[in-house]
Amino acid sequence: MSKRTAKDAHLPVGECVTQVQDILRQRLCHQRLPDKPEGVESQHRHLLELLKRTAIHGESNSVLIVGPRGAGKTMLLKCVLRDLLEDKEAQKSLLQVHLNGLLQTDDRIALKEITRQLHLENVVGDKVFGSFAENLGFLLEALKKGDRSSSRPVLFILDEFDLFAHHKNQTLLYNLFDVSQSAQAPIAVVGITCRLDVLELLEKRVKSRFSHRQIHLLSSLTFTQYLERVRTQLSLPDGFPDSRFAQDWNDGVKTLCGDKSVEEVLQRHYNSSKDVRSLHMLLMLCLSRVSVAKPAIKPADLLEASRLCFADAKANMLHGLSILELCLIIAMKHLNDVYEGEPFNHQMVHNEFKKFLQRKSNSMYNFEQPVILKAFEHLQQLELIRPVDGSSAKTQREYQLMRLMLDHSQIMEALQKYPQCPTDVKQWAMSAFG
Amino acid sequence: MTALLQHPGYEDESLQRVAEQLPCREAQSAVLLSLMGQPQQYSYPSIFIYGHRASGKSHVMHVLLRELELPHATLSCVECVSGVLLFERVLLSLFGHEAAALLPRSASLSDFVRVYRQQCSLSPAEQTRFIVMEKAELLRDADANLLPALLRLQELVEDNVTVVLLSEIAWDKFRPNTGCFEPLLLHFPDYSKGELQQILSQDRHPSYSADFYSSYINILLGVFYSVCRDLRELRHLAALNFSKFCEPVAEGKVKETDTHKLWRNIEPHLKKAMQTVYLREVSSLQWEQMQQMEEKETGVVRGLSAHTHIELPYYSKFLLIAAYLASYNPARTDKRFFLKHHGKIKKTNFLKKNEKTSNHLLGPKPFPLDRLLAIFYSVVDNRVAPTASIFSQISSLVTLQLLAQVSHEDQLDAPKYKCAVSMDFICAISRTVNFDIVKYLYDFL
Ligand SMILES: Nc1ncnc2c1ncn2[C@@H]1O[C@H](COP(=O)(O)OP(=O)(O)OP(=O)(O)O)[C@@H](O)[C@H]1O
Ligand SMILES: Nc1ncnc2c1ncn2[C@@H]1O[C@H](COP(=O)(O)OP(=O)(O)O)[C@@H](O)[C@H]1O
Ligand SMILES: [Mg+2]
Ligand SMILES: [Mg+2]
Repeated sequence: MSKRTAKDAHLPVGECVTQVQDILRQRLCHQRLPDKPEGVESQHRHLLELLKRTAIHGESNSVLIVGPRGAGKTMLLKCVLRDLLEDKEAQKSLLQVHLNGLLQTDDRIALKEITRQLHLENVVGDKVFGSFAENLGFLLEALKKGDRSSSRPVLFILDEFDLFAHHKNQTLLYNLFDVSQSAQAPIAVVGITCRLDVLELLEKRVKSRFSHRQIHLLSSLTFTQYLERVRTQLSLPDGFPDSRFAQDWNDGVKTLCGDKSVEEVLQRHYNSSKDVRSLHMLLMLCLSRVSVAKPAIKPADLLEASRLCFADAKANMLHGLSILELCLIIAMKHLNDVYEGEPFNHQMVHNEFKKFLQRKSNSMYNFEQPVILKAFEHLQQLELIRPVDGSSAKTQREYQLMRLMLDHSQIMEALQKYPQCPTDVKQWAMSAFG
Repeated sequence: MTALLQHPGYEDESLQRVAEQLPCREAQSAVLLSLMGQPQQYSYPSIFIYGHRASGKSHVMHVLLRELELPHATLSCVECVSGVLLFERVLLSLFGHEAAALLPRSASLSDFVRVYRQQCSLSPAEQTRFIVMEKAELLRDADANLLPALLRLQELVEDNVTVVLLSEIAWDKFRPNTGCFEPLLLHFPDYSKGELQQILSQDRHPSYSADFYSSYINILLGVFYSVCRDLRELRHLAALNFSKFCEPVAEGKVKETDTHKLWRNIEPHLKKAMQTVYLREVSSLQWEQMQQMEEKETGVVRGLSAHTHIELPYYSKFLLIAAYLASYNPARTDKRFFLKHHGKIKKTNFLKKNEKTSNHLLGPKPFPLDRLLAIFYSVVDNRVAPTASIFSQISSLVTLQLLAQVSHEDQLDAPKYKCAVSMDFICAISRTVNFDIVKYLYDFL
């Protein structure tokens, strides 16, 4: 390390690296809200405007935020809420109910959660309601302010919105949208979903009560923008305690993004997915390689991280099979070739394997049938072969029909990578017929 | 030892202990540790570790969590088939009994997240909490929301928590239709032969030299490696057969260093072990007893399947034989086989062009009762059977699972059966009644 004559605070490298890890992990792992979301300014403005009308002017509304996974839907909403609550008036009056389709799996659970989040458990007590609508109406009525003329606005957020459409009769959705259309009480319903076809999931009476407002987050990032995003996601903020270190780090990141090999890797990632979350995963793998001994991200780190991301899981698993199991796979491949992908059973595979053994003089693979059957079953446990649907459970194990879940090229590739693969086995695999 | 584990935020001594317990998993534990970061730092919300059985997935996780004293909950999805049990365990391990007691009777995911949030607002995480799920592939059979919710638990409970899933199945077979939060994937490669040798050699017996034990492991791997790479299984086999290996040395017949003689002594024994104890046909205990018996009788050790010829009544044996013939012979050949004075049978008489595989490859075919009886009467010959007991014998064969009754969707259809025994089994049965079954099998003409 070169000696520095820094005017401002100069921290030991260990300290700086810890700080870097702290800050970047908040971003990449904890999904901390960005100060300003990038590239979604218009959506942000639109949503903020809508929610303001509910929070401040007491207008009801409904809207869906639609976009692929990891596109930033939840982040957008949270950023908007953060900005909305900077308004004193909104902060004072607005109530929020956060629901998630993964958690509130039916409307009874959802209603319980709504009651709890509105702190109305005591008000409801042991009351029994005739219908869902009556119950919801009671809750909203209970929120009316002291002057009784107006209720407090309530914001209903339904993450994984599409899952609510699977609830019986879509009662919750129907009632929320119904309230949002009538003047009963000021509410805004915000649904978040990754399903572009979400409207088709809604029953007619539900759909007709929805405002049909949708905010789309479809990534239209160009590669240059993508590269820029990599840079900003890795850069340290201005407030970093050791400004010299931060300067060096940020310069290092800029150099990294300019590197030819890095650009190639990123291009590959960009082509497979542009969403910020999968980028975060890649960058997290890079970040984890930063240490006191190497306080920077180098092109090699990105290459290694990319290798991990694109690792072929099936090839990885094939690598660890025993030679017997590998032989069985080859036998299945031959059966597939001969019978054009018709399903096979253990007996056929064993027979095919025996044909191979008969052509050889030495008998190093002469195993008893049960040993082979055990290997066969292990392949099934690994889900490399799968029983044909409807093939009866009553059939003896040996005769149960199976299909191979690997294709020709995967097998051949695995064979090339297999450690110390015997030549005769390789030749057998490559021969046109078993 | 050269490359020791190093990471700020943890004590060197603990890291040293970790390294000692994880031979051949240095790279994997280093990657995991660097992903986990310092205790107070956030880690990736979910990590999916996959690799073959006994590739050290659980071992590495446990050693890291235990030695570094990180707050964690470890559960096996085998035991937590219902979500309720899983929720209880997690809350119990992370927050204690009182927290677990807050769950209502049949708790939903919503209840779990509510209680979790409440607890962690009372005791905010000072270090990352880990939830380790073993045999994660079983989560696919659970409630459809469970897996996606666990993967993004960090977001749902707003806590510094990381969920680690362990499985021997690749992640591609987990992903739900509508996608989910993608975990970070980590592969644990299989141990090479050398690595297995190194790990297994550590178990050496104190009264023998390291070289002696290591040469034993070398022989063991020579026999089993082509069939089995499962460290746990190999370790078990090594322990079971070591005393046999030592025998000639203990008796003073062979010197510890005479590897060749030792090999000649143990190799056939290990091969027998492959056909028995490895297949679970005999239990470890039985195997040990058999090893002792062998010394006295020098008899052949056979698998249990060879021992357990169920004693069947005389006619039941013929019924089973008839069932086997009905299952594996095409019905159209019955006449030729079982009509008296049929003359010589030529296979070409029956051969159809499109018969690509033999019946013994395809498995037993179902047959109706009358065909079974027809064949039965012809093979049992003049040894006539009283009809009444025939039906009860058939049903006891079904109970013994030697015959399988094929469910008939068509109500009008009479029941059909299939023979459910192997060729070896039926040949043995036939021999006891002096019936040469091979002569009557179409496949072996
Ligand atoms: N435009 C953006 N600017 C900065 N960060 C972003 C942007 N878009 C997404 N992110 C980041 O990407 C990550 C994923 O975003 P988010 O959780 O909002 O996705 P999502 O659309 O809700 O996905 P899912 O459908 O799986 O819930 C977050 O860490 C978020 O901060
Ligand atoms: N590198 C290793 N050194 C020592 N023992 C190991 C090692 N890897 C695995 N084991 C042992 O092998 C057995 C199986 O390992 P385990 O971690 O349970 O495998 P997995 O979870 O991958 O199926 C355990 O008893 C474990 O202690
Ligand atoms: Mg989201
Ligand atoms: Mg395990």
